[in-house]
Amino acid sequence: MKGKIICIIEYLGGLALLLARSIIWSFVPPFRIRRVIKQVERIGADALLIIFLVAGFTGIVLALQTAYMLRRISSEIYIASLVSISMARELGPVFTGLVVAGRTGAAITAEIGTMKVSEQIDALKTLAVNPIKYLVVPRFLGSLIVVPLLTIYADFIGILGGGLVAIYKLGISRSLYFKMAFQPMVYKDFFTGLVKAFVFAGIISLVGCYEGFRTQGGAEGVGRATTASVVISFILIIWADCLFTAIFYFLFP
Amino acid sequence: MIRIKGLCKSFGNHLVLDHLSLDIRKGETMVIIGQSGCGKSVLLKHIVRILEPDEGEIWIDGQNIGRLNRKALNALRMKIGVLFQEGALFDSLTVGENVGFLLLEHSKMRREEIFRCVREKLEMVGLKGIENLFPIELSGGMKKRVGLARAICANPQIILYDEPTTGVDPIMAAVINDLIRKLHNQLKVTSVVVTHDIASAYKIADRIAMLYQGRIIAVGSPKEIKESSNPFVQQFIKGEKEGPIGSNSISSR
Repeated sequence: MKGKIICIIEYLGGLALLLARSIIWSFVPPFRIRRVIKQVERIGADALLIIFLVAGFTGIVLALQTAYMLRRISSEIYIASLVSISMARELGPVFTGLVVAGRTGAAITAEIGTMKVSEQIDALKTLAVNPIKYLVVPRFLGSLIVVPLLTIYADFIGILGGGLVAIYKLGISRSLYFKMAFQPMVYKDFFTGLVKAFVFAGIISLVGCYEGFRTQGGAEGVGRATTASVVISFILIIWADCLFTAIFYFLFP
Repeated sequence: MIRIKGLCKSFGNHLVLDHLSLDIRKGETMVIIGQSGCGKSVLLKHIVRILEPDEGEIWIDGQNIGRLNRKALNALRMKIGVLFQEGALFDSLTVGENVGFLLLEHSKMRREEIFRCVREKLEMVGLKGIENLFPIELSGGMKKRVGLARAICANPQIILYDEPTTGVDPIMAAVINDLIRKLHNQLKVTSVVVTHDIASAYKIADRIAMLYQGRIIAVGSPKEIKESSNPFVQQFIKGEKEGPIGSNSISSR
């Protein structure tokens, strides 16, 4: 038990160190914007379809499930607000985070892990290139840029999904739905979601890279590291979600 | 040129290098022979400081490399070319970008100029017109030769070879041996070659050192090594199953 706790602390310490180094190296020239853009494309643009499916169906399910309850008290009209606020505050960022962790976090670990076991990381060093600058920084910055954007996209798709149910099944008019969806949403609802997305982006990219650098022992090792990367990202995302929800609840009521 | 003093390195409980000392003179080709897994590659990685020693020092050109700051270390690394066992080419870059990596990253040369240099080096290793292929499209031996082209692309003063002739066909091995000789004769490069290919060692070496159980047990010209009275050396260079080394002494690394 004691060993495990030390292990966890050591791991979080390693992540914190990687975070600090990534931030420092982000400001060290030369700046290679093209590498960041490439990562934005891989992490963001290529995930649009899967986020569309996940967020869209989440919105639909959310609307259907709450319709069941709200119908009893004849308040179906609030479905719109319920969907929009739960998407913006909670489901948009969390589902985006989980999807990106499963898709991109795994890919980052597999790529860097393979580079590690085939001595490519060593080769980078001998060619006088810092692996953190070359490999981590573009992925880190790319995620920070694109995950919040994906989250906003997911929020809207979710609201549209809920709209499908509300408008075509429950007979709420289109204009009323969107009015009820956006009107009660205050700046804070939207903002807390974005802060979470930002944190999740950091977690995914750093855990992905960290696991990649720790990879040992050939193809099997890469497989193990990839699994670990996804599992750890998921756990940390949920932890961070809980933490930030509590912070926003208690500190900024 | 390269002076290794009392180098110790262990991984876990396994002592790989045990107070190893070795002097490599300017312009000579030093071949380090020894069994697979006896720590030859580990030694090589210490010379470019990819691995940090537990104890001991390495001096290159009068500088203690363990004390260099990041800038000085990078400057040193740019003077050293390394050929890795499997080539360690970057999968995401083309052959041309791999070979010209150091120049593309660090020099202000124009792209066309760099690629002219790349083609020239590729021709030297007997590979013409492949600069737009990706490493995945090459055979193992070709990867190794591309790795060699990358190592020599920026005209280094020191070249480290990790098993340059392992895994290539005999004719290509002869080509690589010739190339190592040529670089030595024409450019006066200092070379450190790690290998267990005795035939190749005799062809290219000015001096041979044998590594056994973490120490250098014999150093001398190929002729001196052939005539060595050390029973370990004799068993190894003759490739005999019976002898003081014993076939179960091969360590896990």
